[in-house]
Amino acid sequence: MSTDPATTATTTTQDTAPAATGGDVLTVTALRKSFGRVHALRDATLTLPRGQVTALIGDNGAGKSTLVRCLVGVHTADAGEVLLEGEGVRFANPEQGRSAGIETVFQELALVEDLSVAQNLFLGREAKRSFGPFRFLDRRRMRREALDMISQLAINVPAVTARVRRLSGGQRQAVALARAAGWSSKVVILDEPTAALGVQETERVEKLVLSLKERGMTILLISHNFEQVLRLSDQVVVMRAGRTVARRQTSQTDGQELVGLVTGAVRDPHEAAHDLMPDSDKEAS
Amino acid sequence: MTTAQPATAGQRSAEDYKRRLAELPWPELASTLGLVGLAIIFGIANPGYLSEGNVSAILQAAAILIILTIGQTFVVATGGIDLSVASTMTLGAVVLGQFYAQGWNIWLAAVAGLVATLLVGAVNGLIISKGGITDFIVTLGTLSAASGMALIISDGRKTTIIEPVLIKLSVNGIGLFSWAVIIALGLAILAHVVLFHTAFGVHVLAIGGSAESSRSLGIKVWLVKTGVYVISAGLTGVAALLLVARVGAAEPAANTAFLLNSVAAVVLGGVSLFGGRATVIAPVMGALLLTALVNGLTRVGLSEFYQPLTVGVVVVLAAFLTRFNK
Repeated sequence: MSTDPATTATTTTQDTAPAATGGDVLTVTALRKSFGRVHALRDATLTLPRGQVTALIGDNGAGKSTLVRCLVGVHTADAGEVLLEGEGVRFANPEQGRSAGIETVFQELALVEDLSVAQNLFLGREAKRSFGPFRFLDRRRMRREALDMISQLAINVPAVTARVRRLSGGQRQAVALARAAGWSSKVVILDEPTAALGVQETERVEKLVLSLKERGMTILLISHNFEQVLRLSDQVVVMRAGRTVARRQTSQTDGQELVGLVTGAVRDPHEAAHDLMPDSDKEAS
Repeated sequence: MTTAQPATAGQRSAEDYKRRLAELPWPELASTLGLVGLAIIFGIANPGYLSEGNVSAILQAAAILIILTIGQTFVVATGGIDLSVASTMTLGAVVLGQFYAQGWNIWLAAVAGLVATLLVGAVNGLIISKGGITDFIVTLGTLSAASGMALIISDGRKTTIIEPVLIKLSVNGIGLFSWAVIIALGLAILAHVVLFHTAFGVHVLAIGGSAESSRSLGIKVWLVKTGVYVISAGLTGVAALLLVARVGAAEPAANTAFLLNSVAAVVLGGVSLFGGRATVIAPVMGALLLTALVNGLTRVGLSEFYQPLTVGVVVVLAAFLTRFNK
């Protein structure tokens, strides 16, 4: 009982907050999205429990990217419901998603090479101070806060005045993660955070993700690396052919089962019967 | 064999020295070092070169180019280019001249000229950012259009402007600096503050570095892009007043050299032509370098036919230096 994270989360929230908020930060129900005749998302349903790492796995074309894009506001879903902190949300663009508290770190990180670490952390949200009618950058404050943000995460802390061009892959990832986690965000979505990194850098980034989790951040991790998923996540959601077909507590599964669920060799007993109907074959042809 | 040990140690410290030397921002230092080098060479070749009178003359001659260079720097920092600076300045001067000829006060006429240039900048910026048409083509178009409008408005004739105030702009001042030079340097300081101490400045560099990242972080890329073209054009409006003061007339001349030299000064100033990396001081030094070079060549008696060739060689060398550094 005590090992079940969902139960623990519910108990703690009941102590501190009204039950209405519950243990889930984000709840997605029956999300659908089609591009013309291509049904990229048929039925995506998942919940992100507060303070946990939820891994989203699936083969290429399973609908992971479409789901993420619908969540952050790049796409607008055709049908279905998204609840953020219990309230229904619908984002017309990524800016709205960000200001509601959903931050994404994409593979390309969205860093500007020739700007400093501090400038990148505050890009688009610069701290300013007024001088008469003019507003100037509060560079000292931004450097100080940047150092705070980054030193909570990175082991090999880069100078906040260093240009991003001079940073290693892991340090860049730390900057992008610090920026995503630093703005009173409710959910951080990590899209293949280690896809382009070497062994050592990958290890560092995994530590970053865990330290984000320690700080209570709710994380959705998209990854192809099942070993990484088993190391980092609390629960795993599997997608196949546009549907979320299975959900497992990480402690109660293994790589073999996950591979089976992704390929379809293993079927979840709860998997809806309609998934077995021939319309998915029609899609494939 | 026994000497191998100390030799390696010496080599190592030399390598360390080399590494530190390589870490200096060479592209940004090049124009200042070049200017110092020029001052030494011409100072030796021609004793009058570093005289108070000649230094003051160089500064005075550089004032207009400095102002145009500042605007060009902002545009190039976003990864764009403004080929219309010189003809926009001409248009500004001609509009000033027309209103002056109507009996307007010289300052009011100058404001009218400034408004005309700002409109050109807004057209440039909006077509480039909203219309999505390449900066090169759009500003090449306005280069022609603005010269054409200057010809139409003035009917191809120059308007003589004799105003004691304008003469004072070039003659009076503080020490070596005429008022025209003080205006140019004041604008340079202002531009430096805008580029490095305001959110707008950071966004200019961010867009030049990665427009896609900037957009995904909620920066209004089109607004900033339009802003830099308006700044560039507005500065040509100020330069137009200094040009009228220098020439003593508003004339629909081509002024092509100003365009080439403003781009050259930006390159000399180590501003990346791909955008994202820029300072204000280094391009201003680049403008001074080009002016000091032409002045020096004239003083040592080289035919003025050689000057464009020399300027061209210097600019390409500077571009090489920037590339070598990367």
